[in-house]
This record gives sequence, structure tokens and C-alpha cells, in this order.
Amino acid sequence: MSATPYLQACEVRKRFGSFTALDGVSLDIAEGELVCLLGPSGCGKTTLLRCIAGLERQDAGVLRMGGRDISHLPPQARDYGILFQSYALFPNLSVEQNIAYGLTGASRDEARQRVAQMLELVGLTGSEKKYPGQLSGGQQQRVALARALAPSPSLLLLDEPMSALDARVREHLCTELRQLQKRLGITTLMVTHNQDEAMLMADRIAVMNHGRVEQYDTPEAIYRRPATPFVASFVGQGNWLPFEGRDGRHARVGDLRLCLPEQAGEGASGQLFCRPEAIAVEPGQDDDNRFRAQVREITFLGNRCRVSFELDALPGHPLLAELDPAQMPRLGGPDIWVALPSRSLQVFA
Amino acid sequence: MERTLALPQSARRRPGDLGDRLFIQGGKCLFLAFLAVAVVLPLAAIFWRGFSGEAGQGGGLVAARELLASANFHWLLGNSLKVSLSVAALVVPVAYLFAYALTRTLIPAKSLWRGISLLPLLAPSMLPGIALIYLFGNQGLLRGWLPDNIYGFWGIVLGEAIYTFPHALMILISALSLADGRLFDAASSMGAGPWKAFCSITWPATRQAVFAAFCLVFTLTITDFGVPVVVGGDYQVLALEAYKAVVGQQQFGRGALIGMVLLLPALLSFGVDAWLRRRQGDAMSGRAQVHQPKPSRLRDAGFLALVLLVCAVLLGVLGMAVYSSLVKFWPYNLSLSLRHYAFEETAGGGWLAYRNSLTLATCTALFGGALIFTGAWLMEKTHGQRALNQVLRLLSFVPMAVPGLVLGLGYVFFFNLPANPLHGLYGSMTLLVVCSIAHFLTTAQMTASTALRQLDGEFEAAALSLKMPLYRHYLKVTVPICLPALLDIVRYLFVSAMTTVSAAIFLYSPDSVLAAVAVLNMDDAGNVGGAAAMSTLILLTSAAVSLLLAGASRGLLRRSQAWRQTAPGH
Repeated sequence: MSATPYLQACEVRKRFGSFTALDGVSLDIAEGELVCLLGPSGCGKTTLLRCIAGLERQDAGVLRMGGRDISHLPPQARDYGILFQSYALFPNLSVEQNIAYGLTGASRDEARQRVAQMLELVGLTGSEKKYPGQLSGGQQQRVALARALAPSPSLLLLDEPMSALDARVREHLCTELRQLQKRLGITTLMVTHNQDEAMLMADRIAVMNHGRVEQYDTPEAIYRRPATPFVASFVGQGNWLPFEGRDGRHARVGDLRLCLPEQAGEGASGQLFCRPEAIAVEPGQDDDNRFRAQVREITFLGNRCRVSFELDALPGHPLLAELDPAQMPRLGGPDIWVALPSRSLQVFA
Repeated sequence: MERTLALPQSARRRPGDLGDRLFIQGGKCLFLAFLAVAVVLPLAAIFWRGFSGEAGQGGGLVAARELLASANFHWLLGNSLKVSLSVAALVVPVAYLFAYALTRTLIPAKSLWRGISLLPLLAPSMLPGIALIYLFGNQGLLRGWLPDNIYGFWGIVLGEAIYTFPHALMILISALSLADGRLFDAASSMGAGPWKAFCSITWPATRQAVFAAFCLVFTLTITDFGVPVVVGGDYQVLALEAYKAVVGQQQFGRGALIGMVLLLPALLSFGVDAWLRRRQGDAMSGRAQVHQPKPSRLRDAGFLALVLLVCAVLLGVLGMAVYSSLVKFWPYNLSLSLRHYAFEETAGGGWLAYRNSLTLATCTALFGGALIFTGAWLMEKTHGQRALNQVLRLLSFVPMAVPGLVLGLGYVFFFNLPANPLHGLYGSMTLLVVCSIAHFLTTAQMTASTALRQLDGEFEAAALSLKMPLYRHYLKVTVPICLPALLDIVRYLFVSAMTTVSAAIFLYSPDSVLAAVAVLNMDDAGNVGGAAAMSTLILLTSAAVSLLLAGASRGLLRRSQAWRQTAPGH
């Protein structure tokens, strides 16, 4: 990862009537990096992508690409390739003609060579004469990718590229796309609402909500150290415990006293957050925050089990824990011990 | 980036969007200018004419009050309303049952019945009138069937009924062909019989179309003068009066006043229809399943009888017109000859008129098709200039609410002004083409928009990202995909321009006389045989061109089958 950002968005704003799509978004993307814009629908991620592509005009803010100010350039004058959610392959043109669509400055031979090269790159050699309608969804996606990459752009934009595909082929294509991106070293910005895709592919993830970037960090940091309650609840699963009153490193949740991690801040009230896999069931004696609990429901999920339980001292507030199915026999009856280790608790004041 | 994957710099196109800006903004401005000159200004001219009290023109507020209070006007208005309401009351129920038979029953040979029922669209409105004269006139074939003379109220009603039937039918077919099979399954699972299902599902979903059909038939009838001029006799109506005021007496102001009166029902029904449509919203959900009618002998037999009867009447009337054009000397010498087709020997325009009509129809179809389709694409697919797009969309709906007669009057008033720099166009073929395009713009544009909306919304964005100029993208991708719809528009414009008289009657000069106008003139001069022959010629030409274009469209679909089978990405 190089230090100078290749793509830069500074304080970009965009409104549609009374709806604020982008509320001062800033983002730096390094050369060769793959960044995911992750967020619920309506959070502004697609709008940001379309502003960068020049398909929407931002109301305020600056966009820079390779040091060049592109804020007011028409799409044709920006240097990018884009893969749309629907792929937008032209149905009346063959695969070959689709890929060569952006190559009209090249001679016929150059174009043919380039098409062959691109088809080899996406593993579809021999499909030149087919029409998009004769290809599967995954093959169409590859053709669209080949078409976007054919003019050799320095930036690749991906707009929900996997959403039109079956869940089964999705993960496979995500991995493939990521490998291709790494091989080409092309700077890439991808929009998705699917956190698994984002985790699988991104160097860094920008989690967006209400037209703002809530956190911009590596997938691991986003998961382990969510910066805001929104990020914590949007990425992965978690338990929330409202607390009121503090004394030193302890917080009061209902009738419970929980030991907080070090550097837990000073807030006198707020929310405690804990991932389900961090909760220890039938823990050893040395864990802190041990409590009695009642199992309500156990769901088998294949590689893990989800246990829903209520703390005896906090009835009516179900919590989730996830554990290895191999640990299940240790759960004798409905009465169990659980621990909410202080080092895994996060405090949002 | 890997070296081998970099494209040589020379091969990259120089970015620039000047051509596109010219194409998009220039195109929109051109379309706007067209709508202004061909629709808005002529309409404004009607109001200006109607309210300016120039001496000897019969306009102005005083004249308006006099006209509206006169007994003659009341008589004309009463006649027009009576005729129009009768026609609508007669046509809409029959068309509804006919459309129901074609969409919701299992009668055989549906496409044949549908083809026959649409035949009147291919002929000018005078043709049913002429046929009625030969059938029920004083020397008619079936004179004994009617107690009274055909000339008058019943002649107009029957002629207009045949002329307006296919128009009502098309609206009702498109409404009835949308049916969600799940609703009928639910109804029958709850024990509802066919009548109950009709009342609770079919009727609520189609009553708005019934209203629209009623309004359309009413408006077409009240503004048509082709039928009244042929079989009206002494029974006068408003549309005829407007025609006579302008063409016969040069009373432009009086013509404008009547034109405004005739514009009222059209505007009113258009407004109410738009309001109802908004209130009803979109009744069909995307997950609707096709409704498959269940077999029922009795129902199918009944509907087949009705369909056969209607088709027999239509074929009988149209066939009578064709037959009469071939008879040597009605009713004394019934041997067949092509005597009536020797137009060079008769007054009224003859072959010049037919050639002019071909020119008009061809130019309207080609220029109109290109203009309207490109305009629709610019409105649907290019972003920016939102306000301009709104204005264009609004203006392109205006022609639908303006009857041809009123539009034609507007053209007279606007282009016949000596002060108008476009005055030179008056009476020329160019103006006839402009008027025809404007007159039929809305329907053609709606067809184009529907086809364009089915395309992926990102096609243009994809083209831009690939640095393809949009005007080239339009020609390389959009037009080829939409070619069937485009051919449909061309066919519609051709046939409409070939058959119309309503607007053209005010705009032709001796050099640009049209076939449909020649029908009127020949009939006026007592040459009914010649009028029948010219009508037949129009009918055959329209039919031939329709068949030709349908064949071209089918061949095109077969050739492009490779990529039309499935749409990508959906």
C-alpha cells in the first residue's frame, strides 16, 4: 500500500430534493487498493460511486484521481471502468463486440488481440461469438468485467457486482475477482450491502450510514473495534447491555455489576457491546463477570451452535452466545454459568 | 499494473463530450422548437382568433355570446351531443364484449377476429358512410331493412360506430389482457362463481379503461366530420359547421369559437382520465401470474356468436365499399369494371392526390418516427436538464387531448397570418407533414417510451464509462434493440397520415391535395363511386404497408433471435 492516495474524495455532498444522500464524505484510496463501501440501502454508497464515475454531479466537494481534479469532468474524460449491478451488457452485440465497445480508437487487429487477451484473463476464451443472453449470470459478469477492463482504466468501480448471482457462486466469484484485482494491481472501489463480500475482498472497508462514513478501516478492525454503535450492529452479530451508573471499572446493568475493560472511558451511562463468540459458556474459575443463566433455545448452525439465554439477574433480556458444537455436551441442563469477559466488552457512552 | 495488460496510449480515444452535448442539448431544443411551432402556437392562435373581434371574421366576445345564445348553435350542439353519446353507448359495450372474447375466453382463431376488427383503422372515416349509402341509401341494396332514410341521425351513428369501434377495442383489449391469475384462483377457492369473480376482479380493474374508451369514442365522434358530410343529410353537427365556417365562409373567428367548444370535451375527458389513472395507481404487481381462462362451452359459444356477428357487420360494410367501387353504374348496371379508378377523368385531385398522400404518409412515418423516437430517448435516457425534460414530457401529451379538427384550425389561424415568417409553408406538403407528425405524436411517443423503459437503465452510463459518444451508442445499441417498436411507430404514423382528413382538410392547396380529401371532394360532387374507389385504394395501401412492415418486423425478430431470447442481467 503506497502512502499517496490515488483516489481522493473530500467533503463530498449531494442532495436529492429534501433527501441528503451524501453529507460531507471524505475518503482516500491508495493505489492498487480494494476498498469496499458497505452500508444499508439508502446510505449513499451508490451515490458516492456514481459521483466518482461522473454519472451524478456532487453539490459540493472535490474529487481527485491521480492528483488530477476530476470534480467537474464529464464521465468520458475520467479514467475508469465500471461493472454495474445489472452488468448492462448490450444484448444485441456479441461478447466480442461488447468487450471491444470501448476500444474504437484501436485498429481492428489491436481490438481483436485485446478482446482475446481479456477473455483469457476472465477465463472465457472461445465465447467471442456468443450473445450475452446465451451466457450464465456468472459468465455475463465476467464479460462485463472484461469490457470494463479492456480500455485499461486506472480505476475499477464495482456496483453491487454479486447481487444478481446465486448465493452458491457468489463466494467463488468474490475470491476470483479479488485475485484478478491483485494480479492487475488496479485500484478498485466496490459498493456492497453484503458484509461477507466486503470482509472477503476488501483491503479496507468504509461503513456508511445516512450519507456519512462511520468507520474506515481494515475488515479486522471494523469487526473487532467498531467505532460506533451502528458499525457494531451492522457488521456481524452482537449483544447489547444498557448500563446506568459507574464506579471506577465497574458498571451497573440492572442488578448486575460488570467489570469493564481498561480504557473504558468515563461515561456514566451507555451501552455495553459483546460479540456472541466472546461469551464463555461454563467458563473456568479465572474468568471475570461470571453469572448464572437459563438456556432458552439452542440453534444448530453446522459449524457452530447458537445459544440463547437469559441471565438470572437480568430476566427478559435474552443474550446470544456462539460456541463450537463440540462444547455442547458440557451444557447439562437449562441452568448454566456464563462469563462476559471484561476484555471483550466494548463501551459506547 | 502488469505490462502486458496495458493498452498502448495511441489506442485510447481522446475524451471529449462536445459531440454529445450538441446531440443531447441540441436535440432537446429542436424537439422543443418543434412542439412549440407545431402544437403550442397553433393552439394559442385558436384562442387569439376566437377572442379577437376583427370585423367580418365572426370572432370576439360579443360574437361568442351571440353564437352561444343562438338557436342554431343549440340545435347543432344538441345534435352533436346526441350523436356522440349514442355512438359511445353503442360502441363501448360491444367493444368490451368483443375484447373480453379475445382475451378471456377460448374461442378459436382469435388473431383473425382481431385483424378483422382493426380493419376500419386502415380507411378514412368517410368509407363506412359511403358503404352505408350503398347499403341503405335510396337505391341501396338493403333499402327495405330500414323504415326511414339512412341520411341523418342513424346514418351518422352507424358510420361513426364502425369508424370508432377499433379505437375503443384497442384500449379495452390492453386493459383486459392484464389479469392476475392468482386473484381468480383465490376467488374460486372461496366459492365465487364466474359472475361474482367478474364483478369483484375484472370489472374494478377495467372500469377505468371503459371510461377512457367512452371518452375517446365521444371525442372522436364529436370532432369528426367525415361521416356527417357523407351521410348526414340535413342533420347538421358542430364539426361540420366549423369546417364550413372556415373553408366555405372564411369566418375564421366563428370557426375558432366552435373549435374551442369542441376542444372542451376532449380536455375534460383527458383531465378526468389522468386524474382517475393517478388515483387507481398500478394495479398489476410484478409477481402476477398469467390468467388462463377455463373451458366453458356455453360461454365460448355465446361470445363466438357475438364476435362472428360483429366481424360480419364490419366485413359487410367494408366489403360493400370495395364492391361498390367496382360496379359499373349503380344500381342499373352491376357488371364489374375499374371505371371508377380512372381518376384522371374526374375532378377532385385524382392520382395526384393519391401520390401526395403516399408522399405525406411516407414522410410522416420516416421523419416523424425518427423525431419522435429520438425525442423519447432524449427524455427517457439522458440526465441533466431536468426542467427541460419535464416541459418536453408535458408538451408531448398535449396532442392527445387536441382533436385533429381543432389542430387543423389552429394551423390555419397560425400559419395563414401574413405576419408569420412561416407563412410561406401554408398549403405546402411540408406543413402537412409537420401537422400529421404533431397530430399523432403522443401515441407514437408513448410506444417509444414503453419500449425504451424496458431497456437496462445503465446502458447509457456503461457507454459513457467506455468513452463511447452517446449519439453513436444510440445508433449502435438503442435503435437496433428497439427496432420492432420503431417499425410499429412507422406503421402507425403511415396509416394515420394516409387516412386522416380532420386536420389536413384545412391545409391542402391544389398542388398538395390528398387522397382522403379527394374522397370528400368527389363525394361532394356526387361522384360516390369515385369516392368509394379512392377509399378502397387508401384501405388497400394501408393494409399493404401494414402487412409489409409486419413481415419486416417478423423477419427481423427471426434474424435477431440469437440475442432476443433472453435479456441479460435479469
